[in-house]
Amino acid sequence: MNDIVQFVVSSLSLGGLYALMALGLVIVYGILRLINFAYGELVMVGGYSLLILGKTVWPWIFVAALSVAMAVLASVLMERVGFRPVRNASPTTMLITSFAISALLQNIALLTVSPRPQAVRLPGFFVQTLTIGGFRVKAVDLISLAVSLILLGVLTVFLRRTIMGMALRASADDFTMARLLGVRANGVIAVAFAISGFMAGIVSLFWVGRSSLVEPAVGLQPVLIAFIASVLGGMESLKGRSSAATFWASSRSACSRSCPRACSTTGRPSPSAS
Amino acid sequence: MNARALHVPRWVERAFPLIVLVVGLLAIAAGTDLLAGRVFQRVVTVMFINVILVVALQIFTGNSGLMSFAHVAFMAIGAYGSIWFSLSSQEKRLTLPDMPESWFLHQVHLPFIPALIAAGLVAAAVGAVLGVPLLRLRDASFTIASFAWLIIVHSVALQWDELTRGSRTVFGIPQYTGLWTATGWMLLFVALAFLFREMPLGLKLRAARDDEAAAWSIGISSAWVRWVALVFSVFVAAVAGGLWAHFITTFSPNSFYLRQTFLIVAMLIIGGSGSVSGAVIGAVAVSLTSEALRSVENWLNLQRAAQTALGQVIPFQLVGFTEIVIALAMIAVLILRPSGLTRGREIRWPFGPKLDRPAAVEPTPERAGW
Repeated sequence: MNDIVQFVVSSLSLGGLYALMALGLVIVYGILRLINFAYGELVMVGGYSLLILGKTVWPWIFVAALSVAMAVLASVLMERVGFRPVRNASPTTMLITSFAISALLQNIALLTVSPRPQAVRLPGFFVQTLTIGGFRVKAVDLISLAVSLILLGVLTVFLRRTIMGMALRASADDFTMARLLGVRANGVIAVAFAISGFMAGIVSLFWVGRSSLVEPAVGLQPVLIAFIASVLGGMESLKGRSSAATFWASSRSACSRSCPRACSTTGRPSPSAS
Repeated sequence: MNARALHVPRWVERAFPLIVLVVGLLAIAAGTDLLAGRVFQRVVTVMFINVILVVALQIFTGNSGLMSFAHVAFMAIGAYGSIWFSLSSQEKRLTLPDMPESWFLHQVHLPFIPALIAAGLVAAAVGAVLGVPLLRLRDASFTIASFAWLIIVHSVALQWDELTRGSRTVFGIPQYTGLWTATGWMLLFVALAFLFREMPLGLKLRAARDDEAAAWSIGISSAWVRWVALVFSVFVAAVAGGLWAHFITTFSPNSFYLRQTFLIVAMLIIGGSGSVSGAVIGAVAVSLTSEALRSVENWLNLQRAAQTALGQVIPFQLVGFTEIVIALAMIAVLILRPSGLTRGREIRWPFGPKLDRPAAVEPTPERAGW
């Protein structure tokens, strides 16, 4: 029984993370029709910020906030430098550009940090196990589940109720029409990338928190799953993805528990199996 | 009429790009054979195999406008396939110890060239089946689906111990591929790719790339021509994989994954996917540049290790420096010259009348296949 509860909580929390990433992918895709291969590298940026800033004496929560900010910054910069010049090219050109950016960022990390996985400082509450009503669950699972739910809720409200949210939805619907009605293209795209980077930053905290290791290819596995989740949930619609992502992550998590090797994309048991 | 016009038979003008490519590549091969040391000969052999891979990708991507990330997966099928067929039962006990001896495949032992072709046919058969659902997709959806196929093949290769020895490295493969073997196959495939581009099927394919509806209206079945191109290009990629396997002689499924995909795609994009010349020039340029960068990288690392005056200013071991430069070059090309160094055209006969054909429309990104 205890195992089942642990399993459900762990799967749901992973599902939440994948849902956040899938949202981050889709919010950009909706407007630009860009499938961002370099999205995993934003998780990497978050992870390495956590590693490097974590060597200071600053409180962890401050380091985490800075890491998320770094991911947002990287995302916005990525759009400004890499994607804006090819914005009007075909979807395939943009996709290949993102592929090149992904290779670029990974190799920069390889060059300037280290090809080897490195341990990240984590706060004590991350690795604790809580006992709730007789069931033992990992604190990190509960926290990441709660954060995902809150973020999904906040994002929904933001998209529904604010002017910027409406502009985003209108642009996803018909970018030309939205621009004719006075939506600033650069602004709305920058906001989409910022949200996307924010999601990646939050995911990086918990993804790195699960294994406490960060390496140049850390973002590869979650982004592959997020790709699948966003395709399953529908790239076009702003609905249904999160449920698809959660469902997919849960079934994947179930699979990797029963046969860790078969589910890994790297030949090693995935961190989700631990 | 242009004063520079030099009248030659029409076929000379039309075959001119091919002649230039063949002569150029032969010159590189001969020069390497005569002048270069063993290390550089290895570099050039790998480069030639990469030329075949990029040409394989060009056959499909350049003519259909659909970017495929799946070709390295077919290279993997070709590499493993070629060792299933080329190794004797005795050798398989060492190289593929998990393959049951009762299997028919265990007994198969073909000479090198039939083994390569057999591996190519296996891959082509897989590609033929895969192409049916995959080619229903367009643009980025196709690319993502082909990427999924790369992941599938990689995962299967990691797990299927009987056929691939799983995630462990296979070794003990006889080195059948040499510089001139690679040269011969490369010239063959460059010529075939060139002919394919110019033959009616290739023209139909390019018509469907430029305007699918208009191509439909003149009776071109885009699904059929794309399928033929995919099967052919997959065959070429698999043969390249087989050649590579019998040159490198030790590899694992990780040899056929994102790194190799990135390299092949970068070569094609930098050279220009629209033409065979672009594929060849891209592969040669990227190979030579990255080799030069790699030796600079190694030299700097040695300096660092020896703690010389120059070495002390290098803050870290240089890894991945070459890939950074390739990635930057690729981004620069995508932004500044989206149809590649060759602008997606073949090498032109330099003495032709200037207004021989209607002025070429400068390819827009969409029209160039991007």
